[in-house]
Amino acid sequence: MSKLTPTPGQTVGPFYGYALPFNKDNELLAPGSPGSIRLQGTVYDGAGEAIPDAILEIWQPDSEGNVVQRTGSLVRDGYTFTGWGRAAVGNSGVFTFTTVNPGPTEAGAAAFISVAVFARGLMNRLFTRIYLPENEEALAADPLLSSLDPERRSTLIARRDADGGLTWDLRLQGGNETVFLDFERSEGATQ
Amino acid sequence: MLLDANAGHYQDDELVPAAEPHAAHAPSDAAVETQADLSAEIKAIGEAYARALKDGAAPETQPRLDFAPYRSSILRHPTKSLHHADPETIELYSPAFGHQDVHALESDLTIQHNGEPQGERIIVQGKVLDGDGRPVAGQLVEIWQANAAGRYIHKRDQHPAPLDPNFTGVGRCITGPDGSYRFTTIKPGAYPWKNHLNAWRPAHIHFSMFGTDFTQRIVTQMYFPGDQLFPLDPIYQSIVDQDARDRLVAKYDHELTSPEWALGYNWDIVLSGSKRTWTENEAFGDAGDEE
Repeated sequence: MSKLTPTPGQTVGPFYGYALPFNKDNELLAPGSPGSIRLQGTVYDGAGEAIPDAILEIWQPDSEGNVVQRTGSLVRDGYTFTGWGRAAVGNSGVFTFTTVNPGPTEAGAAAFISVAVFARGLMNRLFTRIYLPENEEALAADPLLSSLDPERRSTLIARRDADGGLTWDLRLQGGNETVFLDFERSEGATQ
Repeated sequence: MLLDANAGHYQDDELVPAAEPHAAHAPSDAAVETQADLSAEIKAIGEAYARALKDGAAPETQPRLDFAPYRSSILRHPTKSLHHADPETIELYSPAFGHQDVHALESDLTIQHNGEPQGERIIVQGKVLDGDGRPVAGQLVEIWQANAAGRYIHKRDQHPAPLDPNFTGVGRCITGPDGSYRFTTIKPGAYPWKNHLNAWRPAHIHFSMFGTDFTQRIVTQMYFPGDQLFPLDPIYQSIVDQDARDRLVAKYDHELTSPEWALGYNWDIVLSGSKRTWTENEAFGDAGDEE
């Protein structure tokens, strides 16, 4: 149980662009290196318009399912996989990461990438997950996915691209709204 | 009150270069919403919250995602409830940052150029704590802000206030073993924006912090005590609870003020509780910096 009351969040605003992005922020490993894949998607608002001012962070285990605790995310040496990356969307709302397929952190578990999203107009960061599409048995047994109805569940599962990459779109609002997560049981979405 | 049909108009509007230097003094579009319109909406939401509290509702501690007076939020908040999830493995850890990532000098925003920046030099210092009061050691803190004239170095900020060639407004540091951070910077000016006619943001510094668990990730804004713009600002007011708002306001600290050099402000940040089962070493703050 928390003893102190958490500090409130606030929107990232429109002007993070000269502060949060850094060189190779979205390259968890070098593009083209063995095992590297492209993870891409578009961020949409409730009108279905791509938004140009969102920034995403991903945090994931390595391809063996190990949680990495190595420094060097901000000054990448090109060899150390730190598991964390950041990507601002471009003018067309598209973000791109170079990463690896995460491994399952426990035998038989569904492999996923953890995501935090920030945007102008979004008062507080949102958390979600990107699941790999392949292991259907593991997906069916996943506690989070199995607690969702099928339509909403699909918003958390990436598509496998022909080049081996992953495509996953994020919808902040609307009919196909992405499932966002509350780890606290106290942050209600729309109160 | 503008809610649906024209919401996109406001989103775009905020991105357009600000008005010509004199346009703000000669508002020509009678349809533009005024501060009085916005303040009335904010007041109504505040009164509804006060009634709910009186009827026994729990105090709110976070901003509302759905807060229409902040027009850009209208199409950008989830309409479905956040889905409860128990954090798993990766979510119970945070990325590790260290002195490979951040140089010690990055915490002084006044020495990044050849000359001294214009404005009131300040020290902002505090601690990053988790919900159990444990210091968050060896973690990344990032800040960004406008200069003393209220101008950001960003292509989308084109309002007619001067840029300062000696001030970028970006800093980073790694927290100490006791969770402490410290920045030397310039007090930012108030910033005009296009949410409504004559909208001004209270002076603020953007803060980005990590905890020991990824679920503790937070981006927020620190404000300065006594700002007259607080009641007028839809972003600050999106936190409807006064005690919660107060948690974003730094305290002036004369002990921290440095004679003939800089005014001191103190601001502690409390993250949500860690969900991880802690080992003794972690609890004493040895985690983090492997350098």
